[in-house]
Amino acid sequence: MMASMASASLDGDCSVQWQEQVRTAISQRQLLALRGGGTKQFLGRGVEGMTLDTRAHRGILRYDPTELIITARAGTPLTDIEAALAERGQMLACEPPHFGAQATFGGMVAAGIAGPRRPWVGSVRDFVLGCRLIDGHARHLRFGGEVMKNVAGYDVARLMAGSFGCLGVLTEISMKVLPVAACRLTLRLELDAAMALRQLTSWASQPLPITGACHDGQALYLRLEGGNGSVESSAKRLGGLVADDSFWLALREQQLPFFTDSQSLWRLSLPPATPLLNLPGTQLLDWGGAQRWLRSEADADTLRRVVSEAGGHATLWRAGTHSGISTFHPLASPVLALHQRLKAQLDPAGVFNPGRMYSDF
Amino acid sequence: MNLLYDERFDGALPEIDKHGLLADLQRLLPSVAILHTNEDLRPYECDGLSAYRTVPLLVVLPDTIDQVQALLRYCHERRVPVVARGAGTGLSGGALPLAKGILLSLARFNRILEVNPQACIARVQPGVRNLAISEAAAPHGLYYAPDPSSQIACSIGGNVAENAGGVHCLKYGLTVHNVLSVEIITIEGERMTLGSRALDSAGLDLLALFVGSEGLLGIVVEVTVKLLPKPEVAKVLLASFTDVRDAGRAVGAIIGAGVIPGGLEMMDNLAIRAAEDFIHAGYPVDAAAILLCELDGSPDDVAADSKRVREVMQQCGATEVRVARDENERRQFWAGRKAAFPAVGRISPDYYCMDGTIPKRALPQVLEQIEVWSREFGLRVANVFHAGDGNLHPLILFDANQPGELDRAEQFGGKILELCVAVGGSITGEHGVGREKINQMCAQFCEDELTVFRAVKAAFDARGLLNPGKNIPTLARCAEFGAMHVHHGNLPHPELERF
Repeated sequence: MMASMASASLDGDCSVQWQEQVRTAISQRQLLALRGGGTKQFLGRGVEGMTLDTRAHRGILRYDPTELIITARAGTPLTDIEAALAERGQMLACEPPHFGAQATFGGMVAAGIAGPRRPWVGSVRDFVLGCRLIDGHARHLRFGGEVMKNVAGYDVARLMAGSFGCLGVLTEISMKVLPVAACRLTLRLELDAAMALRQLTSWASQPLPITGACHDGQALYLRLEGGNGSVESSAKRLGGLVADDSFWLALREQQLPFFTDSQSLWRLSLPPATPLLNLPGTQLLDWGGAQRWLRSEADADTLRRVVSEAGGHATLWRAGTHSGISTFHPLASPVLALHQRLKAQLDPAGVFNPGRMYSDF
Repeated sequence: MNLLYDERFDGALPEIDKHGLLADLQRLLPSVAILHTNEDLRPYECDGLSAYRTVPLLVVLPDTIDQVQALLRYCHERRVPVVARGAGTGLSGGALPLAKGILLSLARFNRILEVNPQACIARVQPGVRNLAISEAAAPHGLYYAPDPSSQIACSIGGNVAENAGGVHCLKYGLTVHNVLSVEIITIEGERMTLGSRALDSAGLDLLALFVGSEGLLGIVVEVTVKLLPKPEVAKVLLASFTDVRDAGRAVGAIIGAGVIPGGLEMMDNLAIRAAEDFIHAGYPVDAAAILLCELDGSPDDVAADSKRVREVMQQCGATEVRVARDENERRQFWAGRKAAFPAVGRISPDYYCMDGTIPKRALPQVLEQIEVWSREFGLRVANVFHAGDGNLHPLILFDANQPGELDRAEQFGGKILELCVAVGGSITGEHGVGREKINQMCAQFCEDELTVFRAVKAAFDARGLLNPGKNIPTLARCAEFGAMHVHHGNLPHPELERF
């Protein structure tokens, strides 16, 4: 209730004001710390600088369910977006986590984090169609658009997904949305993690309506979404017991018991079909095994080496006893150099969230 | 209008001594990898945009990554422009050679390196044909989803460069949604991996930036793609309409009803008749428009969706809705659509294919305007659309042997693209900018936005040696040819030199 009242009183276009703020920052060599609701602030390095809070710039600008596209200002609360879509039977199919009531649309894109549906339906960047942003010369520009297909110029809009505000200030974003499936069912199968991974691998090459697969250390949870027919027939085939759908929200928001612990929390992103990795600590498997959460105080370099050798990367999601460790997996040197050149080209004064992702840019 | 590289508007290119270059490359590469006689160079003078041709200085056909690296290092050092080419099927002139540059063909990189049915991925060299990937995956019940109509010939490297689409994009996405990683060689000869076999990678999403960059940012030497399980069944509905606008409304209504078809295509009367004459697909030749709607998935879901879609189509005024009785008829229905371009080729000596995208709600307005211009320019238009995602392919019919007709067709096409931009769409949905739409880029993007594109380019290729003149226009070109408004007789950009 409070949030929606605030929304009404704060509604407005702040882009001109921000352009001025960015212009000043550039000329006075100030650093800007971009933030939305601050719900993903814990990820990445802290930024020293003048705060540019995007939440005042809010509102859904265009939403036409038959176009499957929503366009909203970056500061719009994520809950407002989801409510508007739900009213028309649609959703942000990448199922982004909120991590708090203050989560914004822009912050969701800047962090680029997708939820349990990711492997089967797509990532945040997969659904980004266009954006407006204030660039490193304080210009308010538009990239991509409000159409499904658009290959004119470089895809700067998708580049913004997961860029943690290091390349510019997002002011508006257009995203593709999808209809909510007619039918949904959650199953719980009593399997150990290794067996679950083997099963998931064999199911992956079959046309099953799976849109969630998580092993929480005890059992395998599967979510089926589709028409009544496919969900019912697949449920019969897959076996297990019907479980509560609320599992997926708790998983997405990291509210399962697994996540309530003070140990370091690692996110491991691994190629599909990677067997169970032998790492010290406790694991929870999401994304059918392609995203694994590890609670562990193991040595960061060793852990990252094991994950790299398996073809993946490891993010230090929440540091327990670890300190001075880069949040994000170190980049190969030519790729890091390319990041630095890109940052220097797009934000020559280096004002936007410097060092947020890596200390080197 | 002549769209060949013009140093006055596209930037000066270094003068290169062909004999010296040839001698140097012969030291770097095996002699079979270099073509230099006029007779050998001629087949490479154009891609699918065959109205424009330029014989390149040399053609190089390496077959190892080391050779590509050696070549690019040399070109970087000596400032030799490089145009990459896959199968040469592109429709926007993205692989149109430069008279002062090397054409780098990736045709010899034609091996499928790995098909992994457990991880549902395939790792292939860039010269592998799109359809060959699906064929290699088929024994495992898997396929590669993007299916541009040139899929029997086009290569995956070219698909990455163009972010190729196809008729199933609305449901299964474009190339960018189906590629997991690419190995690239930069103009400096450095090898790097963008993306990974995992579903995401550390750092910025450079893979998303790279896909669709039209050979301007790097050379792809390996691609890892995602494979999908084949849907159990696919069913096609063919609906006839007496008014194109009704067909347009039906498209929105189907999607509004919560159905995402595997494919949703529209053809207008001229396209229907041309296709029917050619393929005998059983199309209703009196219809103003037809919709082809493919639904795929599990048998139960497809049955439920097709019932729903049929109702929606009838509510929107369809005079007839037919469901393909069997696989044969389904193929027949699609054959007409897939042969629409060559079918139009039979009723006109030449045609010019546009590729604009629009919000679906603008469809009636855009179609009416195209019809008005068709009369004004005295040129017929056959309309074929990927209706589900608002991607138009108006085919402008003309005869290049009639003086002035190509010019008129290009002017007409340019107006259509500018209209697409004006209604909130894009000048290209899947064919790319290449050389063909270089001037219309000035209508879609403002000068500052183009400057950002140039900054991206500079981060990858500071000397501007990879595919110069394509994709991103110079300010000088926009000032000269761009669709900018001239107020009170003042030319835009008075600060720029005029040639």
